[in-house]
Amino acid sequence: MTDYEEYLGFLYSTLASHNKKNLVLAESTHLVADIGLSSLEVMEFIEKIEDHFDISIPLNILPDVNTIGELAKKVQELNP
Amino acid sequence: MLFDKFQTMADFQAELAKREVVPFGAVTEQIISATEGVVEGHKVILAGTNNYMGLSFDPRCIAAAQAAVAKWGTGTTGSRLANGSFAEHEALEQEIARFYGVDHAIVFSTGYAATMGMCSTLAGPGDVILLDADSHASIYAGVKLSEAEVIRYKHNDPDDLAKRMRRLGDRASQTLIIAEGIYSMLGDVAPLKEIAAVKREYGGYLLVDEAHSMGVLGDSGRGAAQAAGVEADVDFTVGTFSKSLGSIGGFCVSRHAELEAIRFCIKAYIFTASSSPSVIASTREALRIITAEPQRRQRVWENATRLYNGLKALGLPVGPTASPVVAVEMINRSRTIDCWKALMEAGVYVNLVIPPASPSTNFLLRNSVSAAHSAEQIDTIINAYAGLKEAGLFDPAEAA
Repeated sequence: MTDYEEYLGFLYSTLASHNKKNLVLAESTHLVADIGLSSLEVMEFIEKIEDHFDISIPLNILPDVNTIGELAKKVQELNP
Repeated sequence: MLFDKFQTMADFQAELAKREVVPFGAVTEQIISATEGVVEGHKVILAGTNNYMGLSFDPRCIAAAQAAVAKWGTGTTGSRLANGSFAEHEALEQEIARFYGVDHAIVFSTGYAATMGMCSTLAGPGDVILLDADSHASIYAGVKLSEAEVIRYKHNDPDDLAKRMRRLGDRASQTLIIAEGIYSMLGDVAPLKEIAAVKREYGGYLLVDEAHSMGVLGDSGRGAAQAAGVEADVDFTVGTFSKSLGSIGGFCVSRHAELEAIRFCIKAYIFTASSSPSVIASTREALRIITAEPQRRQRVWENATRLYNGLKALGLPVGPTASPVVAVEMINRSRTIDCWKALMEAGVYVNLVIPPASPSTNFLLRNSVSAAHSAEQIDTIINAYAGLKEAGLFDPAEAA
């Protein structure tokens, strides 16, 4: 089992290339409102997570995910 | 405010109005033939109407519709489940099932209702749907309503599909896989042979939307699954009457007898009025014609290849292979709008496509060809694009 911190670390490093505003990324950082990911970028980002952890992330979870921390928790739940 | 979220669209429409272009909802003031009309004051060749077999003005289809309106009236005024199942609807269901070589068919009032209705009903809570990332809006709308677990696979990527089926483990057997025959925006064909092989390996059910490939692909025009030789692996085929058959409506056909029970569970079928009998009658005639006149399929491919090669020779960024949908991809929105306007002024109507209707952040000048286009008309379209290039409107550096 991968722990929460490892997911979080992967999300931070993967988001680096999208972080055009050079924000200090934290668990509370909003993917869309703060970083400004477009819907297409969100999907590309999701694909990177899926390939790295060899999981599929259902579209159904996306409405409940706003921040990096929420996403890390969801990914952990999907990959117990 | 309720209306705040529409402000971006309102601003965009205002910008278009200021530039005096009406790419969305352009009004056709006169239809001259299946391939010519007067749109927003311009006499144009219709090169963006999905009228693949060119049957919208066929005198036999018109006569069938006229006879039906006289016999059955203008509308059914009711649902298929109530008073809206006329003998015409029943006959079309039998004929479309026979066309596909299966025993079961449902006719819907629109193509959108067919795909949305099937995708929202076949899988439910606890089931899984695996859909191509570039699926049509009607598929996305349907899967959202289904309450199934919805997972995307990379566009036209059977390896990615296989990977996701493997990850599902035992649940793969209760998974609905969704693909389209020809994708509507770029005209690319799904690798159905490979997708069917994934289904055979892992289990599950396969639904193929042949909206843009019916009539166009396959020895008898059944679509991409027939062309790939994998019809036996397809559980559900959905499609539309509003493209190759020149009318409006949709269908689902299946070899599974369960389709007859499914019919009574599809809200998009139950809670809407059935098609007007005249629409059904012209569709029946068009289905008969595409079977009797396979040369139409040859003509549409000749035209597709002619247009594709012509645009490619101009150096325009078209897709990897010829298809009845030929899209020119651009990255600059303003330049794409200018090109669309110039094409109208040169007498050619095409579709302007902007994200998210296009599959990426690119803008499209989307052309669709018909069996009814003459070679001269295709050359006129190519010349109009050459004119854009000469006028400096199309800068290859701005191409995608």
